[in-house]
Amino acid sequence: MRKEIILAGFGGQGIMSMGKNLVEAGVKENLEASWVPSYGPEMRGGTANCSVILSDKPIGAPLVETPEEVIAMNRPSLLKFEPETAPGGTVFINSSIIADKISRKDIDAVYIPCDDIAKELGNIKVSNMVMLGAYIGKTGTVKAETVKEMIRETFSGKKESLIKLNIEALDRGIRWVG
Amino acid sequence: MTVIYAKPKGIQDTEMHYCPGCSHGTVHKLIAEVLEEMDAIDDAIGVCPVGCAVFAGNYFSCDFVEAAHGRAPAVATGIKRTHPHQPVFTYQGDGDLASIGAGEIVHAAMRGEKFTTIFINNAIYGMTGGQMAPTTLLGQKATTARDGRNKELHGSPMKVAEMLSTLDGLVYAERVCVTDIPHLNKAKKAIKKAFTKQMANEGFTFVEILSSCPTNWGMTTLEANRWLMENMAAYYPLGVIKDKEAE
Amino acid sequence: MKREIWKGSEAISEAAIRCGCRGFFGYPITPQNEIPEYMSYRMPQAGGVFVQAESELAAINMVYGAAASGIRVMTSSSSPGISLKQEGISYMAGAQLPAVIVNVMRGSPGLGSIQPAQGDYYQATRGGGNGDYRTVTLAPATLQDAVELMQDAFDIADRYRNPVMVLVDGLIAQMMEPVVWKERETDEAFDKSWTASGRQGRSRNNFITSLFIDASICENHNELLRKKYTAMEERECRWKEIMTEDAEIILVAYGTPSRIAETAVGVLREQGIKAGLLRPVSLWPFPSPRLKELASQSHVKAFLDVEMSMGQMLDDVRLAVAERKPVMFYGRTGGMIPSVSEVVKAACEAYEEVK
Repeated sequence: MRKEIILAGFGGQGIMSMGKNLVEAGVKENLEASWVPSYGPEMRGGTANCSVILSDKPIGAPLVETPEEVIAMNRPSLLKFEPETAPGGTVFINSSIIADKISRKDIDAVYIPCDDIAKELGNIKVSNMVMLGAYIGKTGTVKAETVKEMIRETFSGKKESLIKLNIEALDRGIRWVG
Repeated sequence: MTVIYAKPKGIQDTEMHYCPGCSHGTVHKLIAEVLEEMDAIDDAIGVCPVGCAVFAGNYFSCDFVEAAHGRAPAVATGIKRTHPHQPVFTYQGDGDLASIGAGEIVHAAMRGEKFTTIFINNAIYGMTGGQMAPTTLLGQKATTARDGRNKELHGSPMKVAEMLSTLDGLVYAERVCVTDIPHLNKAKKAIKKAFTKQMANEGFTFVEILSSCPTNWGMTTLEANRWLMENMAAYYPLGVIKDKEAE
Repeated sequence: MKREIWKGSEAISEAAIRCGCRGFFGYPITPQNEIPEYMSYRMPQAGGVFVQAESELAAINMVYGAAASGIRVMTSSSSPGISLKQEGISYMAGAQLPAVIVNVMRGSPGLGSIQPAQGDYYQATRGGGNGDYRTVTLAPATLQDAVELMQDAFDIADRYRNPVMVLVDGLIAQMMEPVVWKERETDEAFDKSWTASGRQGRSRNNFITSLFIDASICENHNELLRKKYTAMEERECRWKEIMTEDAEIILVAYGTPSRIAETAVGVLREQGIKAGLLRPVSLWPFPSPRLKELASQSHVKAFLDVEMSMGQMLDDVRLAVAERKPVMFYGRTGGMIPSVSEVVKAACEAYEEVK
């Protein structure tokens, strides 16, 4: 098994942490994992992306050239990565702010109104968690329970109130594709 | 037998390379006496510059580190931060401290590094043979300013003690000279005060010593001393520039 | 053993602390800022010292001071900043001071770019500052390598009283992957009687200097250093090999390109081309003897050197192979990273030429 994934969106949409969650969940499930950010001079704004690879063998090259799966949280990300997606691959689209449909016939698309669902839950910041839920719900790359366990660890102590919110966001994403 | 005079223990029993009439030897002795009086020879770590004092580690009897040109305050920062209970000092000339090392000394003072800098200001580059320094007086001749320092071309000389005293981290700055016994005594008192304040963790301490360089000034020892008092001391006023405790 | 996810720059920092580094002096520059940021809070927790210096010049000289006074100490920077530190590195080599310098290489020359590159190979492996000196240069390709090589770096520095360079490209510093922390015992006791840390009853003072004003004494000093470098060449050479036993084409790469080359070797093997990889882990001393051996084997038809530069390690590969077999080159630079398909294509072309 080897999964090559690109996650992309605006700076501030939680792209990097979504990738990190995926990698941490992979490691918990005894996979090899790597995470490489694109980085530029800007601290905020602009389009950020990261390459995530999960594999049951050593990773080797850590950069993703032709992703099997693309998570596009904003329109520039879809425009940039749709053409690069591997034939037979899947693009996950934050349809709350991306009106476009994909143009390629040889790939799948999953449209999730991540921002709208997050707003319903009362916090736009968990939009990335809705997307992560949709992604693992659709692909089964890692188990939902592993991600939930991580959420419980990440938000232990002072931030405990965030556990419920994040798990709910994850579940809403899973249900959307289910 | 009564001992009337002995070399201070802070100085090694060796021959120095300094020219006749140069202030370095005298200042070395004052520092060595202070280290001995403070029982600090076994703990002290000195940092010497690039310039005439480059061999100071062969003359002082405490441990010494030779720094790259101008970088003594950075080297001393590395030593003092990792050895906070030991006396640390830099010994630097005007080319080293005020020219190539201007950045390092300013930032050491800004951070309030708890070491002492002994600044030998003789208004000239000594070891390289009499080139103009940032402290060379207007009109003073140098091998790179044959007609004398010119304000239009070179700017006015830098008053380092005053400049550094604007920084909060500097707690004590005094300008002294070693031209005669009364001044020499004052200089020693200033050096001792700087080390005492350093060991009390008060902040950065700085003693500027107006020094003579008869060789590169082209004078006899006595002429050099006279020239120093009449010209350097007129532009660089002697005395306490800053004393935070006294304020 | 527990696998933990770490970011490269932070793993490198934590590894340094775990092997006894107690001083960090640095200056901000992208893409290595996470090292000083991590050290600024972690070093004091470990009882060490962190100072953000006013410049790279000051930072390396703080390292010089702390090393002279006997502390395990390091600094990090990226290409343009490392150029500024070369003065201090030369002085440390001259004064025989141990320290570790991490260079997170970015596009060059001049300000270049902030993306990963390998243009500082010559500088790192040929001394870099003034004079006839060398710095052992270690090049990790994974974060596991990185944390293990930090221990090696500090030990080598102390063993020979010489600065050691850890050369990584920006990608390795920026990426995350799992790390296993292994307890490693160093039973080697390093002599510290030479340090300027206060005489403390010693019969005479220690004077740390790189100045030997008498030419014949300076020459003797250089001979002493040369002996150390010879010992390093004999004892500190490190490399890794993948599928070289029957390889017809051997890729040579370090750092990120070696990971790309590793994947490319797999692709080439699937295509029926017997490819292998030699990854120099120490860039100086360079694993020339092993390359020479491989070049003499009849199954090896050619070498392909892959770098994120215009071809610097290439010189060392050519010196080692010495006309025994053809040496080809593929490189990207300026912050561009070679792709697996590009490397596969270059290897196929090289193979076509020699088969």
